[in-house]
Amino acid sequence: MISCEGLTREYQSGGQPLTVLKNITLSVEAGAFLAIVGPSGSGKTTLLGLLAGLDRPSSGHVTLDGVRLDTLTEDGRARLRGERVGFVFQSFQLVPTLTALENVLVPLELLGRSDEPRARRLLASVGLGGREQHYPAQLSGGEQQRVALARAFVNTPRILFADEPTGNLDAATGATIIALMRELNVAHGTTLVLVTHDQDLAHQARRTVQLSDGAIVSDSAA
Amino acid sequence: MTFPFVLRMARRDMRAGWRRLFLLAGGVTAGVTALVAINGFTANLRDSIASQARQLLGADLSFEARGPLPDVARNALDSIAGTESEVTSFSAMAYAGASETARLTQMSAVTGGWPFYGSIETTPASAWSQLQAGRHVIVDPSLLTSLGVRPGDSITVGETRLQVIGTIAAVPGDVGVRNAFGPRAFMRGADLDATGLLGFGARVEHAVFVRLPPGGNAQSIAEKWRPRLRDLRVRLHTVADDQARLDNALTRLGNFLALVALVALLLGGLGVASAVHVHIRGKLQSVAMLRCLGATSGQMVGVYLVQAGLLALAGSIAGAAIGLFVQKALPALLGDFVPVDVVFHPSWAAAAVGTVMGLWVAVAFALLPLLEVRRVPPLAALRQDASARPGGRDWWRIGTLVALGLTIVLLSIWQARSLRTGIIFAVAVLVVLAMLRLAAVLLMRVARGLAPTLPFSARQGILNLRRPSNQTNTVILAIGFGAFLLATVLLVQHTLLRTLDVSSPSSANANMVFFDIQPSQLAGTDSMLAAAGIATSPSVAIVPMRIASVRGVAISTLQADTLREARWALRREYRSTWRDTMVSSEALVTGRWWTGPAGDTARISVEQDVAGELGVSVGDVIVWNVQGTLIPTVVASIRTVDWARFEPNFFVVFQPGVLEQAPHTWVTLARVPSPESRGLLSRRIAERYPNVTSLDLTLIQGAIATLLGKVTLAIRFMALFSLLTGLVVLVGAIATSRFQRVREAALLRTLGASRRQLVTVALVEYAALGVVAGLAALLLGGSAAWSLSHWIFQVPFSVPVGSAVTLVIATAVVTMLVGLWTALDVARQTPLGVLRGMLE
Repeated sequence: MISCEGLTREYQSGGQPLTVLKNITLSVEAGAFLAIVGPSGSGKTTLLGLLAGLDRPSSGHVTLDGVRLDTLTEDGRARLRGERVGFVFQSFQLVPTLTALENVLVPLELLGRSDEPRARRLLASVGLGGREQHYPAQLSGGEQQRVALARAFVNTPRILFADEPTGNLDAATGATIIALMRELNVAHGTTLVLVTHDQDLAHQARRTVQLSDGAIVSDSAA
Repeated sequence: MTFPFVLRMARRDMRAGWRRLFLLAGGVTAGVTALVAINGFTANLRDSIASQARQLLGADLSFEARGPLPDVARNALDSIAGTESEVTSFSAMAYAGASETARLTQMSAVTGGWPFYGSIETTPASAWSQLQAGRHVIVDPSLLTSLGVRPGDSITVGETRLQVIGTIAAVPGDVGVRNAFGPRAFMRGADLDATGLLGFGARVEHAVFVRLPPGGNAQSIAEKWRPRLRDLRVRLHTVADDQARLDNALTRLGNFLALVALVALLLGGLGVASAVHVHIRGKLQSVAMLRCLGATSGQMVGVYLVQAGLLALAGSIAGAAIGLFVQKALPALLGDFVPVDVVFHPSWAAAAVGTVMGLWVAVAFALLPLLEVRRVPPLAALRQDASARPGGRDWWRIGTLVALGLTIVLLSIWQARSLRTGIIFAVAVLVVLAMLRLAAVLLMRVARGLAPTLPFSARQGILNLRRPSNQTNTVILAIGFGAFLLATVLLVQHTLLRTLDVSSPSSANANMVFFDIQPSQLAGTDSMLAAAGIATSPSVAIVPMRIASVRGVAISTLQADTLREARWALRREYRSTWRDTMVSSEALVTGRWWTGPAGDTARISVEQDVAGELGVSVGDVIVWNVQGTLIPTVVASIRTVDWARFEPNFFVVFQPGVLEQAPHTWVTLARVPSPESRGLLSRRIAERYPNVTSLDLTLIQGAIATLLGKVTLAIRFMALFSLLTGLVVLVGAIATSRFQRVREAALLRTLGASRRQLVTVALVEYAALGVVAGLAALLLGGSAAWSLSHWIFQVPFSVPVGSAVTLVIATAVVTMLVGLWTALDVARQTPLGVLRGMLE
């Protein structure tokens, strides 16, 4: 479903090249639940960004659902994400000016579709039935992340990327969110790629890749 | 681009922040208001001219000339079937038995039924019909006031007495400022000879008005006779010609004012750009996230472009609506320059064009900051520090900049209705904007150096000028431009009026002129002035003459070959003098001034511009026709003349010994201290020498000041819209950064800052902005006014220090007041409320 080969990413930092990812080769099969773990600054988020086509590698390439990302333009990658990929962010990233329902509908509307009953069902399935017209500012952190989850699944993505989805939540709320993600993963057969430094969360994944200093130091299946 | 998505997102996103974005719309409102008002007024004016054109001339056709109409013109009139009426116009001193003054009056003696179309309104209404019934006169009310007479009394004009039977209420085709230079009076033509004023040297305008029978074609008659009569200096007017000429002149006035209005719109564009910039900054996270979810950069630019467009449309429509109301007020402001009654009707075309222009400007200015949206990397949703994608050469950005420049140039050309004026105007606007931008950059530089030396509150205020996403540039540009326009108008007006100043006690300039003095009357007037103890400068002789040939080529041949613009120099009547020395207002360019007596061919000195028009240089021969006698002359020198001085200046000066025997009149200049003695003197001279005209220069100066005041009022009114836009932009700039300010204030409050300190911070910031904007405006306005004084008006430039300082202070105070309003609002928020994010 996802594969990368020789992925390297360098940044310029104070005039010096800084290598954040070094020669990563990885393959994730369909329906997998992969956790990418490692200490701060180990390159987890950079790897996630590259796998999702949010950034371009300095060298190497990524194949997402059979499509070589380096053959696509920026807008081509955006379209691919819109059709096949879902996202959950650490800081929820809801549009503050849209209601919960409207936030969930955004990915569909980007594709020129609308399916309000489905959005409502998804909101209900994450426990937010009746809160459709609330704005993000009127929701708690956990509730906002549940809206983000509903949004991530609304276009039935083949792959879901989650970046520290519980990072801004307390333990109990975080656990609820993870449980929801797993349920949706199983129910829809979605491939799940999760970045976290929460060991408990990582243990729930079926496969864990550990990064350190921009390189894979272990790759273990549960 | 999925358009429904773009529209839906734009609409939903606006719901929450529309109040803040409202100011974005407000930026273009004032500009559109000004444009719609002035363009609508111009449209009304043209319609009114079209519908009142016949009344303006009062006839179908007229023949006009200085002096009696030549035989060819009389023959032409005889050949035309129609009704004729003759009007003879001249200036004369009028006084009454009891009055202690005499007033220079613009007399019109009417024979026949003029005006054939329209009517002269009088008080009482029957007065006009009684004009021909006796030795009657109908005068401007101002003449009655200044001579202290009432209807029924008599006034003396020349050697005759006329009974005042009414006052003039309205004359078709007259502009309101006309009688500023002297009251008007109508008498009957039959009494003309009795005045004894039409002798040698009198400036008399003869006009014969013709009403054609039904089916008569004035235009074809005019075309038939015009070529023959032109060389005889007879002017033919038809309704259509007059309408075209007026239309042209007044439309140009309208276009000029519209250019001033356009500045307001362009400043509004700047305000839009700054509002969009700040708006977009607050949206970057959402943009990054939507990009993650698959939105293309085009869709994201589209969302905010639609928002900006919708708001600009709303602002423009509001501006157009207000503009229609302001348009109604403009006749009061401009009516005095306009010879027709401007009939108001809403000009929907002007409103539509104004709305489109507002939308266009707003979108053009909004695009540049909107393009930043394209560069937001989706990665920014994951990491705050993800930087914008580095671009190589950004063609979109270059294209947008070009489009923006073209917008300014095209709108200027469109509004000026002239390629050259439009381009000059656009370049001038861009230069002023660049200079103001420079002032803003300097201010921020100085702020950095100055801040560490200041106490806390002042330091914070000064540092705010350079905070991230500060609005220093925008505010100085927007406020500064309005103030610049006002400064330029103020300085030019002051400079012009100062040049004409003869009233100040310290001035040694003459303030009275006596002209048309016959040689036999010179000794008499001199002794009258000497007896009254009045200082005079030596009298100057004036000899009217025309050119007969230049360098051996006859005038008729020359006129046929010369460009239209140069013809006036060949055709005009020259009023020349003789002198053995130059005067202080003259300077020699080439050649030599004469010494010794005249030889066979008299030597003359020609003014530089006229010499250029005539194409003569030193050594060339010009033959003059002086009252029928041909006098050959050789150009001995070319000189410049400072025409701005109230002195008798001449295009052509002869050496002594040539013209003394030719028919001539004299001019005497005097300085008479009090207005009362000026009045009395003019009365006494009018009594003894009715043909001598006395001119009180302080009255002329007052008239020019009034006229200039009215012109500048109109320009200032339009410039005010720029200042208004500047204030809207300032309020917008403050409002868009309110959130940031409130957060900072809350933080400072938490750390122990008092309300007073917070207010001081804001006051220092806005005072600095206002003072710098005001100073920059004054400097730029000074440069512009200097250029206008030097190149266009050619008068010495001077600065009214008091008004200049007031302008800078006023700009600063207005800016500070707006700042204070925000500061109080910010200081009202409780720190805890803000820190909890409970704002609003």
